[in-house]
Amino acid sequence: MNLTKEEKQILCEVADIFEVPEGAYNFRINGKSVGRKSTANIDIQTKKKKSGLDIYIKANTKGETVHIPVAISVAGLKEAVYNDFYIGENADVTIVAGCGIYNCGEQDSVHNGIHRFYVEKKARVKYIEKHYGFGRGVGGKILNPTTEVYLEKGAEAELELEQIKGVDSTIRKTRAELKDDARIIVKERLMTHGRQIAKSVYEIELNGKNSVADLASRSIAQDCSNQLFKATIVGNNVCRGHSACDAILMDEAEVHAVPALNAKTKEAELIHEAAIGKIASSQLTKLMTLGLTPKEAESKIINGFLR
Amino acid sequence: MLELVNISFGGFNGRVKNKILDGISLKFERGSFTVITGSNGSGKSSLAEVIVGIKKASSGQIIFDKTDITDKTITDRAKEGIAFSFQQPVKFKGVTVYDLLNISNGALMSETEAGRYLKKVGLEPENYLFREVDEKLSGGELKRIEIASVLARNAKLIIFDEPEAGIDIWSFEKLTSIFKKLKAEGRTLIVISHQEKIFKIADEIIMLEGGKVTARGTFKKVLLAAGEATK
Ligand SMILES: Nc1ncnc2c1ncn2[C@@H]1O[C@H](COP(=O)(O)OP(=O)(O)OP(=O)(O)O)[C@@H](O)[C@H]1O
Ligand SMILES: [Mg+2]
Repeated sequence: MNLTKEEKQILCEVADIFEVPEGAYNFRINGKSVGRKSTANIDIQTKKKKSGLDIYIKANTKGETVHIPVAISVAGLKEAVYNDFYIGENADVTIVAGCGIYNCGEQDSVHNGIHRFYVEKKARVKYIEKHYGFGRGVGGKILNPTTEVYLEKGAEAELELEQIKGVDSTIRKTRAELKDDARIIVKERLMTHGRQIAKSVYEIELNGKNSVADLASRSIAQDCSNQLFKATIVGNNVCRGHSACDAILMDEAEVHAVPALNAKTKEAELIHEAAIGKIASSQLTKLMTLGLTPKEAESKIINGFLR
Repeated sequence: MLELVNISFGGFNGRVKNKILDGISLKFERGSFTVITGSNGSGKSSLAEVIVGIKKASSGQIIFDKTDITDKTITDRAKEGIAFSFQQPVKFKGVTVYDLLNISNGALMSETEAGRYLKKVGLEPENYLFREVDEKLSGGELKRIEIASVLARNAKLIIFDEPEAGIDIWSFEKLTSIFKKLKAEGRTLIVISHQEKIFKIADEIIMLEGGKVTARGTFKKVLLAAGEATK
């Protein structure tokens, strides 16, 4: 593969890729697939009618990884990509997605990624998605991910969603439907700065008996940035749902947290926690007594919080 | 090594301005071990916080190692060699015990090296080094980690604010031996405490009431003075 310096930087930031990864992969750069590998158990195919991929993971596939990073390094590129994952019974796989935009031009670059996961009985998927933007152009770096997760009986999904730097505008939608004994764990990490805007909207339906959802979002809003966190958990059965939104506010930033719990039976146990505030002064003070300057203390607290 | 000259500190108690520290002058010699005691609200923590720089004295002067540190920041005082173990340990989301010990030490330690500070307070490194310093730790665990984080600074002057609070008997024994060791290393210790066992191993006791020093001397002398006062 012939990659520019910026493209390499993106792959490294969003998927920790320094060389060709093990397992199955597809690299999408500026709207084109520039490298792909399927394996005996994981089949990656180009979609016929839309832009995107169909990824089939055979039943009982264990411990394999799929990397599908996306990089955009030209200004003015706007794309919508549909990726569907079919994860067979009893499989246990890790999928590393992620998208980075380098924009040094005047026009906006936009990536709308629509990812759907069909997770069969007792299968397990870990999905890691990092977003990253850089480049001095006035053109926006815009990422709008939609993630839909359909969990069959006893299936499990763990989502790690991270956006730490450089994305100007994001609308993230995450939807999940769970059958009996299914489980979803979501860990979101978000940092916005400048005039960035980030919206994260969750809709989780606990339809199955003993289904479980655990949603934890930690975010930091700096400068004049603006964040909205909206989580709806619907309990339609004997189930447990927990969502937590923890945000640190700095400068002139704003964070709006809108929790919603819809319990449709008394057997549903749903909890929401939200805490928004500035960095606790006692934390700064403690680190200063350990010899850190206020700035150093602040960055330690932020880095820890977003880990 | 530390001299407080006529230190006062005022605060607002409800709507009334009151003197929390009222003209305190004290000298602490290098290598000395002093206990500060007194009833709740007498100003012990406030005095410690004024020395560390967390609270700013409304008047008076603080001399540390022959330099006037009255206007220095918390960070500068820490760098000069003053360490402080908080009465209420501070919790952090996402910061591990190992991180905290490294920050405190000022250099990246090996896990074994960092683990040594945990062993000193009776915590098994393998169980605690990579835990986060957050609300999942018990009160006593947090307090011990707080003490370990202060030990990792290897400071010249160490102030402990009620180190015994919430700590079980076994660890308490450990604590007294830590103080003896620190003293043997030539460090200067100021320990705020209500514990007779700690009074007994100190060189001197200072009694604080209403923001004023009401007695100072050996354990016996101060006990006697306190007895006189309550007659
Ligand atoms: N910033 C402040 N503003 C107003 N009042 C304060 C402030 N800090 C402390 N005080 C008050 O000053 C008094 C002394 O507080 P301090 O914490 O120093 O007491 P202490 O001797 O350490 O008590 P304890 O044994 O309970 O720890 C208390 O009445 C307290 O309410
Ligand atoms: Mg106190």
